[in-house]
Amino acid sequence: MFRDAVLMAGKDLRIEWRSRVTTQQIAPFALLVILLFGMALDPDRGILARASSGLFWVAVLFCSLLAIQRAFTIEAADGGRDALRLSGLDPAGVFLGKAAAIAVQLVALEVVLAIGVVIIYGAEVTGFPLLIATCLAATAGLAASGTLYGVLAAGLRVRETLLPILLLPVLAPVLIGATRSFEAALGGVAADGWPWCGLLVTFALLYLTFGTLAFGTLLEES
Amino acid sequence: MTVLGRFPALAGIDLEVAAGEIVLLRGPNGAGKTTLLRLCAGLLPITRGEATVLGHDLTDRRQWRALRRRVGLLGHATGLYDELTVADNVRFWGQAAGAPEADIDAALVACGLHERLAGLLVARLSAGQRRRTSLACLLSRRPELWLLDEPHAGLDQDGRDVLDDLVRRAVASGATVLLSSHELERAEALADRVVTIVAGTTDPAMSVVPTPAEEPLLVP
Amino acid sequence: MTAPLDAAPVRATTGSPGTRVWGGLTLAGFALLLAFAFLWSPADILQQDAVRLMYVHVPTAIVAFTACFITTVASAMWLRRKTEGWWVLGAASAEVAVVFTAVCLITGSIWGRITWGTYWDWDPRITSTTLLFILLIGYLSLRRIDSEAGDSAQRGARSAIVGLLLFPNVVIVHFSVDWWRSLHQSATITRLDPTIEGTMLFTLMLGIVVFSMLFAWLLVHRFRLGWIEERVGATGLDDAIEERRAEAGVPAAGATL
Repeated sequence: MFRDAVLMAGKDLRIEWRSRVTTQQIAPFALLVILLFGMALDPDRGILARASSGLFWVAVLFCSLLAIQRAFTIEAADGGRDALRLSGLDPAGVFLGKAAAIAVQLVALEVVLAIGVVIIYGAEVTGFPLLIATCLAATAGLAASGTLYGVLAAGLRVRETLLPILLLPVLAPVLIGATRSFEAALGGVAADGWPWCGLLVTFALLYLTFGTLAFGTLLEES
Repeated sequence: MTVLGRFPALAGIDLEVAAGEIVLLRGPNGAGKTTLLRLCAGLLPITRGEATVLGHDLTDRRQWRALRRRVGLLGHATGLYDELTVADNVRFWGQAAGAPEADIDAALVACGLHERLAGLLVARLSAGQRRRTSLACLLSRRPELWLLDEPHAGLDQDGRDVLDDLVRRAVASGATVLLSSHELERAEALADRVVTIVAGTTDPAMSVVPTPAEEPLLVP
Repeated sequence: MTAPLDAAPVRATTGSPGTRVWGGLTLAGFALLLAFAFLWSPADILQQDAVRLMYVHVPTAIVAFTACFITTVASAMWLRRKTEGWWVLGAASAEVAVVFTAVCLITGSIWGRITWGTYWDWDPRITSTTLLFILLIGYLSLRRIDSEAGDSAQRGARSAIVGLLLFPNVVIVHFSVDWWRSLHQSATITRLDPTIEGTMLFTLMLGIVVFSMLFAWLLVHRFRLGWIEERVGATGLDDAIEERRAEAGVPAAGATL
């Protein structure tokens, strides 16, 4: 299973390396979202700096939708799903591999967003360990649930409109947890943030487990 | 009997294939040849009836995964990643099937993909070249059952010769081949037996009753 | 594999003696509830008559959550057994849940408007109920798309997985939202809930019972409706097969089946 996951993740990342969709399209989108929020909320530096945790994570959510759609568009081309089913790859491995590749891309996007938020919103960065832990836990949860719902929506023609409505309510806890954790790290008491981080880790573990078990069934749906 | 959506694609197939045979499926468009091939690959469910392929009962979904490892399907869709090179693709699909490096390299050579074409992105290839790449992916897995859906379509003369040669060599080392084609002359020369399918049903009058074989492969 | 067709003709109505009796009892229950809610239970000290909305708001919330649980269980059972009954139950329960959730949200919103002046106040229950509403709509959208693909055994896993995750998601969302809102004034949590005792408590309990009865009644009818739809679908299959074979020029119903 892990061998297959590594193979799958490697392939996805190699495709990303060649096509550069994340770097050339999704990252600019991320910056754009930051800017748009700034324009909408009026750069009264006070509001933006205080709201930066929330705005950061909302932007991450939007970007993750794009990243997930992209990950499955790759497979959708020309009978890719049939090929995956016939390939002999363990579906659990395919799930973990895809989720891992999405997670890597999301982390890269988060770095870009973080830089954007610090510069454009003037946010101050403190409490690094909590920030990093939150990012990792939240990203794992995003990638796992996203891969699960992504494969579900992938075979459908309405996937672009259905995925957000299926996935975003599920991600509400991630948004809440990550934002609270960030707020604790950035200005408040770091100790307040760790329980939220715990919530994120639980969420991630739940979806990683469930996805591993359910992905095979979902891959069968054409 | 297989239902796709609300449409019964295969309404009455009665077919037996012995090990080591090359069987040609022919029939008009929409007859269900592709459906039958995909069914034998363990991709489609059977709504009514029975079928056994390579000893696996197709009505039992749990056996599909084991079956899929042993077959190779060359379909209309290529299943290739446009953003990767030929070599990347063959390597990925070969490794996914657990094929050793040597087999993968041999497959590339056998399909004429090891030199100039190996480094090209699949997006840049012509349809025939993509077909060859798919063939190489199939070859590297060394399947026991080859399912070829109009394999000659899109290939040039040279490619067709290569394909026929590969098929014969595969059969010689114990594989079985089921193919569909509209290239009747070439395909009939290749095949041991011809079965006609019309509107999802095998036409009994046209298929030759096979001699009793040691191992009936497919009993619907 | 689809089951053999019923020889009996499809019923034209989803009613039955059992459901008529149940329906009658439910109506009687509602009459009683209305009497209690408006006449016999006291107004709250702080909220006056607005508290009477609670008798609708709280039961519908409970029923909606229960319906989600039923959908999740039905999805799980369908994944295990693949029988049509569970498939139909999942959608039936979700549809009824949507109605109850909508009523819950509307009454909650009105209640909020009356008691503290705004239609929305980030009360944790309302917030998580809204997310529940969207989760349900997503599930039903997916179901509608899925049911366009024919054979139920093949099409169902997508919807079933989403259905299976429905209740867990509801729980996680509810928990997170509750925790989140509790960070602010703790008054926020119990803002809507007055102190309940005596007749008010009884009326609330009665409300829960009556709404549950209504839910059961609606569920049974919706389930039967869905069941009939499935039967009709199966009938269409045999006709389609006959047509296909006629196309091939083969005499009907050969030995090949």
